[in-house]
Amino acid sequence: MSYPSNLRYSDQHEWVLLDGSVATVGITDHAQKQLGDIVFLELPKVGAIVEAGKPCGTVESVKAVSEIFSPVTGAVTEVNSALIESPEWINQDPHGKSWMIRVSLSAPAPLDKLFTAAQYEEYVRQETAS
Amino acid sequence: MRYLPKSPDERRQMLQEIGCDSVEQLFASIPAEVRSRNPLTLGPGQSEPEILDYFKKRAAENARDVACFLGAGAYDHYRPSVVDAMISRSEFYTAYTPYQPEISQGTLQAIFEFQTLMCQLTGMDVANASLYDGSTALPESVLMAIRANGRKRVLVARSVHPEYRQVLTTYLQHQNIALDEVPFAESGQLETAALTERLGSDVSAVVVQSPNFFGIVEDIAALASRAQSAGALLIVMVAEPVSLGILRPPAEADIVAGEAQSFGVPMSYGGPYVGFLAAREKYLRSMPGRLVGQTTDAEGRRGFCLTLATREQHIRREKATSNICTNQALCALMVTIFLSVYGKQGLRELAMQNLSKSRYAAERFRAAGARLRFRGPYFNELVVAGIGDRPRQQERLREQKIISGLDLGRFYPELAGDVLFCFTETASREKMDQLVKIMTG
Amino acid sequence: MSDQDIQKAARHVSQNERLIFELSSPGKAAYQLPPLDVPLAGPAEALGPEYVRAELAGFPEVSEIEVVRHFTRLSTWNYGVDTGAYLLGSCTMKYNPKINEVVARLDGLSNAHPCQPESLSQGCLRILRDLSKALVEIVGMDAITLQPAAGAHGEMTGMLLVRAYHERQGNPRKKVLIPDSAHGTNPASAAIVGYQTVSVASNSEGTVDLVHLDRLMDEEVAALMLTNPNTLGIFERQITAIGEIVHSRGGLIYMDGANMNALVGVSRPGDFGVDVLHLNLHKTFSTPHGGGGPGAGPVAVKKILEPFLPVPLIRENVDGSLALEFDRPQTIGRVRAFCGNFGVLLRALAYILANGAEGLRQSTEDAVLNSVYLRKRLEGAYDLPYRAPTLHECVFSDKHQARHGVHTGDIAKRLIDYGFHPYTVSFPLIVSGALMIEPTESESKQELDLLADALLSIAREAEQEPQTVLSAPHSTRLRRLDEVQAARRPVLRWKPAQE
Repeated sequence: MSYPSNLRYSDQHEWVLLDGSVATVGITDHAQKQLGDIVFLELPKVGAIVEAGKPCGTVESVKAVSEIFSPVTGAVTEVNSALIESPEWINQDPHGKSWMIRVSLSAPAPLDKLFTAAQYEEYVRQETAS
Repeated sequence: MRYLPKSPDERRQMLQEIGCDSVEQLFASIPAEVRSRNPLTLGPGQSEPEILDYFKKRAAENARDVACFLGAGAYDHYRPSVVDAMISRSEFYTAYTPYQPEISQGTLQAIFEFQTLMCQLTGMDVANASLYDGSTALPESVLMAIRANGRKRVLVARSVHPEYRQVLTTYLQHQNIALDEVPFAESGQLETAALTERLGSDVSAVVVQSPNFFGIVEDIAALASRAQSAGALLIVMVAEPVSLGILRPPAEADIVAGEAQSFGVPMSYGGPYVGFLAAREKYLRSMPGRLVGQTTDAEGRRGFCLTLATREQHIRREKATSNICTNQALCALMVTIFLSVYGKQGLRELAMQNLSKSRYAAERFRAAGARLRFRGPYFNELVVAGIGDRPRQQERLREQKIISGLDLGRFYPELAGDVLFCFTETASREKMDQLVKIMTG
Repeated sequence: MSDQDIQKAARHVSQNERLIFELSSPGKAAYQLPPLDVPLAGPAEALGPEYVRAELAGFPEVSEIEVVRHFTRLSTWNYGVDTGAYLLGSCTMKYNPKINEVVARLDGLSNAHPCQPESLSQGCLRILRDLSKALVEIVGMDAITLQPAAGAHGEMTGMLLVRAYHERQGNPRKKVLIPDSAHGTNPASAAIVGYQTVSVASNSEGTVDLVHLDRLMDEEVAALMLTNPNTLGIFERQITAIGEIVHSRGGLIYMDGANMNALVGVSRPGDFGVDVLHLNLHKTFSTPHGGGGPGAGPVAVKKILEPFLPVPLIRENVDGSLALEFDRPQTIGRVRAFCGNFGVLLRALAYILANGAEGLRQSTEDAVLNSVYLRKRLEGAYDLPYRAPTLHECVFSDKHQARHGVHTGDIAKRLIDYGFHPYTVSFPLIVSGALMIEPTESESKQELDLLADALLSIAREAEQEPQTVLSAPHSTRLRRLDEVQAARRPVLRWKPAQE
């Protein structure tokens, strides 16, 4: 799968779609592949404050738990509750209908720390090679 | 050594094949300075008759052929022969935790049945595969409540088994959680005014036991609504689950946990027993211990496997819901077999017999001029006021081969001389009459 | 590879069996109570109608023969040590002697009430005292508690002792060091006692990296939790140096005794600097695993930790009789009700009596011999990531097989077809694709050779016909179970169809 060029990516394998002061967050195709079949998802509540680089939820497969790190700072305005009901979507369509939270940014997105699609692909390639 | 399947020749041959000159060489990676120079001082290996002889002598130093009227967390119920016959199948007792479901379906299905029985008995939605025992099920339940609502104070009825409360104190001592006790009323039930007084918005859970340590049944529905209206969980501990054959299930509680030894597990001087923990579905992810779930195999047939393992220590390590990794599978199997034998009608009848025996004993005590300490409803245990430690009592009990009840002074100084008795279906009328005579004489 | 080439396993009749609830029909019964010799009490009158339940909805109603067939059929779907080699590394699935089962059921022992007077419990107390003495001698420590119900419970108890000791010294300290090869229970147990855990790296030999340990070890570290031999089966050769680093900065050494079966009669933890350790009686001392419990996890300590041991302890009176001692002012408290898993403890004593000093040592030697022999036979076919000498178990990786898309979990499933219980899969975490194999002393050379042949054959299959391995097991009554479905839509209890 190629990584959409309209998204930015974190070194913890989250993607973020930036649209003015609103950011939409999910986990990447690489992350879902590493975890395998996803069975459970825990997300922050609407109104919760998330901070760039800090955990904001967990995603579980049968035999692994992984924290979700928020790539941005702000207040959660929307949560994808349909995804909580059907976590298998993350395996099927990680960058599309598997968005997790929308965040109203309280600080500019740390663009210097977020990869472009091409940079992220290279990052993943190097990480898997080592 | 008869357990070791090798001849001296085979050992020599194997050593040769791995290129070792001597057995000592196998341990060459252990530095010489930490290798033992002398053999252990344990004596020679013994034959079966010698071992049997040793344990028979020990058994003879214990009480035998006695009528025992102790309860207090361990209950003398008849164990149907089927229980031991079935758990002696070595495919059950020599197996490990069912990590490989394709060759562990026996254990897995039995645990699934155990989980179901615990839900039916308690009125809860989900139950785990068992815990060590009732006393450790208490801290596990409390820690679960704290995970569920994040509050840091716990109210525990003083009428919860004193040793369970001691274990709770041990577990919580470094967890930054405040423990408060709630006294009991004249009835033996929880002092509700004292509960209301202590119930603040910082209380994570209220813990009661029913029947409580004095044998008194609590009003669960009323306690649940009080606790829950303050945002706290109600945890109900059950140490004598035979009572649930006849008592209203504590379905209004949030967590029901306790000890299932009564169901076919030998008293065995205190263990191994089997803890259980059941809860409402919404708390599932906070539950400790193993869970067995139903699924299908690659060809669509029903089967069972361990599930939701991500809560557990081998995956989450220091963030796990609990550090425990075993359940008490074999004891849980005893429970499952016992409850299958008694079933829907049998458990009720068994409970009725227990109830009837305790009512008879109470009647005899009253007729002899003694008085029950508490007025509340009770199942098979009761407290008789001020009859302990009378002259010649112990001697006469020994003569009649009777073990009396528990003097409550050991745990409740203000109740010294009050005795907690238990009357199960195994108590005969004759022995109960003798007991009352000695204790009130 | 065809089924004819599989020497150990053959097919046998396996009967289908539904859930006990699905066998139920109203009016069947497997019980009969004796006639009541006292007047029958009416529940509503005796308790008050508001306390009485209507019925035990959903409980089964079956006859005795159905109960017996039900559980007998279920048992045949299991694999036990009595069935064959049970290779789970670190779990020590050794033979469970039958005399142990007999003595545990003796009248006077199995029906002893935990609160019966001490004067009528002298036999139980003697058993506990004799076991305590034997275990203390075997591990070379000074004192022991038999209270903990299992290994993880013993770990928690041990860490509570460590904390109590440091508090007594004036500073409980904050951290516990745990090698990255450790069992997951170690960090979980340390966390319960309020310690933050810090991982210590392993070096290329698979043992503790001394430089890393030296850097991490400071006055805030309460203890190092060490498994020795470690989960790779390797003895920590630098144990003396490790002890010096930890002790010189005031820390204690906690040993996870899960692998004590590699040391009994050969080396004593008390003699190599360990301050506190737990034992798993269901591993080293042959008590049955029971399908996942009950176990027992006694904790042995050096003198400095003795004052903190949980209550009750066993004390000898001046007249030689034994008593339970509760009055211990510095105790960490109680870790469980009553006197520990007595029924498990006495089985362990029976095992020690049967073996004696010589038998215990011979068992250790055979356990190591079996493991090293197996390692020798499998080397080459399977990758051995750490080449240091191993004791009772060894850890291979699936590196060679992974090139053909076959992983440790697949090899394990295929091993079932060959008639063996698989090894421990994917542990320790420091080996990617681990196969952790522990044959124990209970396997004969014949069984070991069959096992080695089977694993070599599977290695060939992985190369030549990987699909056979990937779709294993083929011979079980159920094929691979869908664990994803079980976790996504949990069904954790039976419900009647109409609900």
